[in-house]
Amino acid sequence: MQADNQTATLSSEELRRYNRHLTLPEFGREGQEALKNASVLLVGAGGLGSPAAMYLAAAGVGHIGLVDFDHVEASNLQRQILYGTSDVGRPKLDAAEERLNDLNPHVEVTRHAVRLSSENALDIVDQYDVVADGTDNFPTRYLVNDACVLTGTPNVYASIFRFEGQVSVFATEDGPCYRCLYEEPPPPGLVPSCAEGGVLGVLPGLVGTLQATEVIKLLTGIGEPLIGRLLMINALSMNFRTLRVRKNPDCVICSDNPTQTELIDYEAFCGIPDANESTDDDMAVPETTVHELKQARDSGTAPFVLDVRKPHEAEIASIEADQLIPVDELPDRLSELNADAETPIVVHCRSGARSERATKFLRQKGYNASNLKGGILAWSKEIDDSVPTY
Amino acid sequence: MSTPTVTLHIPTPLRSATNDQATVNATGDTVRTALQNLVERYPDLKSNLYNDDGALRQFVNIYVDDEDIRYLDGPDTALTDGAEVSIVPSIAGGRSR
Ligand SMILES: [Zn+2]
Repeated sequence: MQADNQTATLSSEELRRYNRHLTLPEFGREGQEALKNASVLLVGAGGLGSPAAMYLAAAGVGHIGLVDFDHVEASNLQRQILYGTSDVGRPKLDAAEERLNDLNPHVEVTRHAVRLSSENALDIVDQYDVVADGTDNFPTRYLVNDACVLTGTPNVYASIFRFEGQVSVFATEDGPCYRCLYEEPPPPGLVPSCAEGGVLGVLPGLVGTLQATEVIKLLTGIGEPLIGRLLMINALSMNFRTLRVRKNPDCVICSDNPTQTELIDYEAFCGIPDANESTDDDMAVPETTVHELKQARDSGTAPFVLDVRKPHEAEIASIEADQLIPVDELPDRLSELNADAETPIVVHCRSGARSERATKFLRQKGYNASNLKGGILAWSKEIDDSVPTY
Repeated sequence: MSTPTVTLHIPTPLRSATNDQATVNATGDTVRTALQNLVERYPDLKSNLYNDDGALRQFVNIYVDDEDIRYLDGPDTALTDGAEVSIVPSIAGGRSR
């Protein structure tokens, strides 16, 4: 808790500002002072974190912490309303702090410009009353869950995919945690990420404001928070349903006899090989940099370039690959590949992750394949910025 | 007595396997048989729902109405006509990168 008793009361300027809260019978001055003395940590200042941070700042939460280490990109602006066009290229947290301070100068903003990790998560989470998890990847989600359980910090969780969202409240004293709902993450590759799957821009707005609503309820003690309930939102059919989430009596971390009492290696837990660790088997695949590819093309010794993204992604941005076969279809469609085993093949996708899998597969099948490091994002950044990033 | 017909809610990530249908009717007197009926008609769902041993995958939760089948009778949970069966996989999305 950051605030002390001296900051607990509201100034006359604040009383004017929060008038519409103060006249709410369920809320009143007591609720407003509870918000002022409260702190919330938003993990991720992106699609979900944007509206959540803005509404929580506007509502008068005394202390807002933000965890993010990204820079604002043009493709963020479709949904990350914390940022404006002039912020593109700036560190997100610089722009976010400015925006939130302007929205409400009575709010203290703390920037955590780090990647949340097993080393720092407990220290950071422990400084806050409530956490709102708006991350898009499984390692961080399990990390946030476990850090919240271990520090006893309630976690307002949300997740979105295309037109669909999920919201729940985890890690309260008697309620379930994310691991009670999903003991283990899906293996990598089986669930498409946000970038691959796309998302309707207004959806994180809808879901992020639901997160903010739950945060305010937890901080003021009003209403019935989504503890033990998973809210399922479908923006296309505009259906909201809640499913029951029970506390798993055998949960590894939140049960009475937990088998896990500290943070673990979440990348390994989610089956993601450690990039810094070279393994002795054939895990590592040869890489081609975008500069090497450009040079080869310019000198007339262009390799065969295979795009393993989805066809609609190639419509958005292309580096003139010779052929496109989505990574998941590659095993079934290998016979269609227009390159023989001797031809050097450079495999690319958006960021280099899917193409790494495809490269590994092709090499197992005896092809002379290498992975385009950094994918089309690196090409756009370092070779040709007329190629859009997405 | 005829076999119950239930409504299955298909989550977005799996809809490519069901011709983009969000709900599909299936018949079965238990969750197991209703899912079998579903997979027979939409075979692409099989690898998403079951592991190589034929057991339901752990990151896919199945609900009958609003209750998780893990707290009912698991795949043997009995179904009545008109029950709503939801497939709820973990999804990842939010902060975009
Ligand atoms: Zn738990």
